[in-house]
Amino acid sequence: MTQKKLKEVVQKVLPDVDMVIGYRQGFDPVHATPFFVTRPEQIDELIWNPLCVHNLASYIPSLTTNKKVAVIVKGCDSRAINQYLQENLINRENLVVIGIPCSGVVSVSKVLKAVDHQIIESVSCENHAVTVKTSQGEKKLSVSDVSPDKCKTCLYPTPLVYDHLVGDPITSDKEPESVYDEVRSFEEKSLEDRFQFWKTELDRCIRCYACRNACPMCICQDRCIAESRDPHWVTQKTNQTEKFMYHMIHALHLAGRCVECEECTRVCPMEIPVAKIKKKINMEMDQLFDYKAGLNAEDTPPMYTFKVDEETIEEHEL
Amino acid sequence: MAKLGYLPKEKLTDFLENLKKKYRIYVPCQDGDAVLFQPFDGEKPLCLDRPATVSPKSVIFPQTDILFSFDYRKSSEDPKQVSIELTENLDFPETVIFGSRPCDAKGFLIYDRPYTQTDMPDIYYKGRREKTTIITLACNYPSPGCFCTSVGGDPADKEGSDILMTDVGTGYFFEAVTAKGEEIVEDAVFEDGSSYQEKAQAAHKAVADLVKKPFDSTEGLPEKLLSLFENDAFWEAEAAKCISCGACTYLCPTCYCFNITDEQAGSKGERIRSWDACMFYHFTLEASGHNPRPLKQQRLKNRVGHKFSYYPKKYEGAIACCGCGRCIRSCPVSVDISEIVAHAQEYKDEPSK
Repeated sequence: MTQKKLKEVVQKVLPDVDMVIGYRQGFDPVHATPFFVTRPEQIDELIWNPLCVHNLASYIPSLTTNKKVAVIVKGCDSRAINQYLQENLINRENLVVIGIPCSGVVSVSKVLKAVDHQIIESVSCENHAVTVKTSQGEKKLSVSDVSPDKCKTCLYPTPLVYDHLVGDPITSDKEPESVYDEVRSFEEKSLEDRFQFWKTELDRCIRCYACRNACPMCICQDRCIAESRDPHWVTQKTNQTEKFMYHMIHALHLAGRCVECEECTRVCPMEIPVAKIKKKINMEMDQLFDYKAGLNAEDTPPMYTFKVDEETIEEHEL
Repeated sequence: MAKLGYLPKEKLTDFLENLKKKYRIYVPCQDGDAVLFQPFDGEKPLCLDRPATVSPKSVIFPQTDILFSFDYRKSSEDPKQVSIELTENLDFPETVIFGSRPCDAKGFLIYDRPYTQTDMPDIYYKGRREKTTIITLACNYPSPGCFCTSVGGDPADKEGSDILMTDVGTGYFFEAVTAKGEEIVEDAVFEDGSSYQEKAQAAHKAVADLVKKPFDSTEGLPEKLLSLFENDAFWEAEAAKCISCGACTYLCPTCYCFNITDEQAGSKGERIRSWDACMFYHFTLEASGHNPRPLKQQRLKNRVGHKFSYYPKKYEGAIACCGCGRCIRSCPVSVDISEIVAHAQEYKDEPSK
């Protein structure tokens, strides 16, 4: 139903833009893939279902300088657009936002795990469930059982910014406090255990920079100090220290900017839950500055401003 | 007659333990939710039911290879006199890659042409390559994204392997392909394998037909891609969704490009060779600041072009892609190289594609 309405909206929008960025079926039944619609005959290929996991807003900054672009966003994705507007990274006049209220997407990794990595022959999506067919038979999975972590605590299922809304708004039934439950329970572990966890996880990192390049807020990619030789702050070695260093740089540059779309975790070919690091920093930012990234285009990110007295920061005696 | 052997599944660990006495062994292990080639330690369970997330290329071509270490030393008599001490290590151990797939083994053949079959072989690559024995597991089912049969491969291809093993239910059927492989199949743990040969062959045949065929042939492809070299619209459309990360090239069994950097702290340091990826902006960034490939479509064109046009033009038609499908499966946005090649094959010169 939503898919049909979406196509109608795209039909209306397309004549006034250079492209509409949406989703189509990917190389196998469980993967959707970003789809750049430039001609009316492509519209029919558009899909909308819980496999539409990518944050398409990430494509916008490089495009809106000289092209008029329409983009399809979920609630979580829309926070990136607000953040871009706050940081003056996009030209709003060249952007048409098609928002879709979202009741949750799936994590492809979790789906594959749920079917024991059997080859998936077909996937059908109904309300809040996906039915996956493998040679071992059919398995009906509730979307909430195989959704990425972000969906489990999603407070913004309806896009926060849009020009067209496809479908009726959805209100979140999640507790705002629950967003950082995962961070809090992780912090109950000892320092050694936490360090060991990250050492094991980050050891798999191959420094392919998928997490960085998929991140909507990582906007200095081609100038990233993870690769630059001048300054030569991070070596090209692939030992734990350098991997750790790179991920800390990534996370710290997102302080007060990470919109929690969890693309970094989703795209990691080595299945490292890197978004957890950013979530921890977001929790700190929230506690220190009472600020959540990407909620309102008029906000000023905390790192973009300066107050002589911060309510929650105790100044050192001068 | 090739040496044949049969190894019941319950004896697999015994076999690897035996092998470990003589070789350093790399096996596919589950690490988190990824499958990686790691040293066999007898404890970590093997994961043989799906191809490894990363190809085993790092065993012979490590992601970071120390070419040599250096140490600047000041003379105690005259501090202006500085000498430099260089140390290199070319002593590579005898190694076995166990449980790679036929495409992985073929990947090394693609490396061999530029790295060993030249007037100036690469001593690091060649040294490890000559000391490595490859025991390949034939695929019993194609994985999503696989297209080996379109690039001259086969789910039971023996080319590039020293032994091909096939899952025949209760055990593995081993077929030695080279003398190195024969030496291993002589291990006492093996039973006579000749009675399983037919079963293995039937399994091979059944799988080959299941592999998807995104394009029928690679004939004329190098020329076709060259004819599209200046077609910016074609490459812009194909690369639109690419995010320019290095997942495709780092997981690829045939991508062999590298970077060299000196990593120094104080007076000591190392000259290292590390994997590089043509999808990165920095890959072609020149010292002057000029970058001949500033756009992602130019970089994607290079990746496709290198594998399917420039390499085959240089090396008698050999395609530099083994169709393992890793770049498709692990791509954050599902860029599908086989689809791009198919689009190029089908491309007709019309105003809009």
